[in-house]
Amino acid sequence: MGRIQLKQVQKKFGDVEVIPPLDLEIDDGEFVVFVGPSGCGKSTLLRLIAGLEDATAGHIEIDGDDATMLPPAKRGLAMVFQSYALYPHMSVRKNIAFPMRMAKIPQDEQNRRIEAAAKALNLTDYLDRRPGQLSGGQRQRVAIGRAIVREPAAFLFDEPLSNLDAALRVGMRMEISELHKKLATTMVYVTHDQVEAMTMADKIVVLQAGVIEQVGSPLELYRAPRNLFVAGFIGSPKMNLIDGPEAAKHNAQTIGIRPEHIDVSTTEGAWQGTVGVAEHLGSDTFIHIHGIPGCDPMTVRAGGEVLVNHGDTVYLTPRAEQIHRFDAQGLRIG
Amino acid sequence: MVRAVTTQRKALNTAIAWTVGLLIFFPILWTILTSFKTEAQAIADPPIFLFFDWTLENYAVVQERSNYMRFLWNSVFIAGGSTILGVIIAVPAAWSMAFVPSKRTKDILLWMLSTKMLPAVGVLYPIYLIFIKLGILDSRIGLTVVLMLINLPIIVWMLYTYFKEIPGEILEAARMDGASLRNEILYVLTPMAIPGIASTLLLNFILAWNEAFWTLNLTAAQAAPLTAFIASYSSPEGLFFAKLSAASTMAIAPILILGWFSQKQLVRGLTFGAVK
Repeated sequence: MGRIQLKQVQKKFGDVEVIPPLDLEIDDGEFVVFVGPSGCGKSTLLRLIAGLEDATAGHIEIDGDDATMLPPAKRGLAMVFQSYALYPHMSVRKNIAFPMRMAKIPQDEQNRRIEAAAKALNLTDYLDRRPGQLSGGQRQRVAIGRAIVREPAAFLFDEPLSNLDAALRVGMRMEISELHKKLATTMVYVTHDQVEAMTMADKIVVLQAGVIEQVGSPLELYRAPRNLFVAGFIGSPKMNLIDGPEAAKHNAQTIGIRPEHIDVSTTEGAWQGTVGVAEHLGSDTFIHIHGIPGCDPMTVRAGGEVLVNHGDTVYLTPRAEQIHRFDAQGLRIG
Repeated sequence: MVRAVTTQRKALNTAIAWTVGLLIFFPILWTILTSFKTEAQAIADPPIFLFFDWTLENYAVVQERSNYMRFLWNSVFIAGGSTILGVIIAVPAAWSMAFVPSKRTKDILLWMLSTKMLPAVGVLYPIYLIFIKLGILDSRIGLTVVLMLINLPIIVWMLYTYFKEIPGEILEAARMDGASLRNEILYVLTPMAIPGIASTLLLNFILAWNEAFWTLNLTAAQAAPLTAFIASYSSPEGLFFAKLSAASTMAIAPILILGWFSQKQLVRGLTFGAVK
């Protein structure tokens, strides 16, 4: 079981309120991702759940029991840190065994779990090495192994992939997702990378300045962002936001249209602009277009075969049903 | 870019370094040489450097007159005991200062260090009276405790600087892994800080070994360490330079040998963790 509830949880560092009182529910077995820009309080929120920081006010419940005052060791949660935080003086085997040693689990049971974790994480050949002799990806796997063997109520991940190179990151992303499918244990995952959030999460929590901007499934957030912040944060490349007369036509202060929801033509369309930079990725082309009133530059995603050059005149047409409307407060209309 | 250093320049630097090194070492060397001379040769004018009749007579006399082994054992007991006791107290203190600092932590550290600036003689009288009241004058235990307290600020400071180098996330990981505070310090922090703790132990052992003010003032016959052993050969006996030198050599030999074999650790200790 791993149901986590935050009730009016608040965190202050001195006089600075990092997290104003907030409520959040994480269901058993869910993969929840906290996402937001640096300094938005997502790591602090995770550390509050872990017990590494004390809440200034409010309650944290784990499986219905009040855990607000419990030390980290007593909460039954396991954490994977950004820096891996392996014990450098212990072998991989001892690192993985450490939480079981602390829990005084019998030696043969410890060995069984170590072997199983090592097999699942491809670490069998490395059990007698020290962390210093492993690559970044292997270290991350050891950190995950150390978390798995505890059989925790929930896993907490604090930006676990940000120290890895791009290729490895994609691989580890898949491994963690698969692990979640296999274990069906609650996972709370912190990242600033919205691609990680979109690809891994059952539920995304978007944070800004300690405030939850929106909670929902990846596609809910993509299809119906609650406000301008979420609209700009979720989706890659970012949603185009248009102010002024063009927005007024749709009875809105601001309208948003995603790059993939705009059709490009060289002959006719709603808006006329000139091509700035075109990024050819092979599968797609991202074209940055200047001269559209209220939005400069506008980014458009076109097919990989589209050939346009700097300075060409193009015409753009947004798909009407994909236009997002926002009011003067930046909140979604309709 | 690495600065180019000419061979000439290197040779010059080496010569200067050796000269300075020998100048500093000369008094010790002279003491050792004198310990092998007769009393007459020891005070000869002009001084005799190497060409004299080498003799072990002074060592024989010193050993016959006073029991070297007893003084040595007292030194080992007092220096070792005070160092170990100090580290046992300082590890948790430095842990809390390094990992759960409060607003006043920096002030406390400075205040602790400032006690080292007080002239020791300023508190001699009260401490002497306390020792009499407690009946621990001229006891190894009493001296061990006093030397521990005197060196404690340095031990805490050194351990604090070493602990600061250990990433806090590793200790947090230990907490998440279910380690109690005791286990966190015992199984994670201490093993990771072994090099730092070793140099702290070493430096404080040497400081305690060489400490003369308290050892001379608070001991008589029973608990007197090697510092008192040397002192017993100075003023009251008149000018017996050769015997005094023999006693000094015997007193410093153990620590000199220890220092020689642990130079690397010692340098790290003396630079207070600043140089890795």
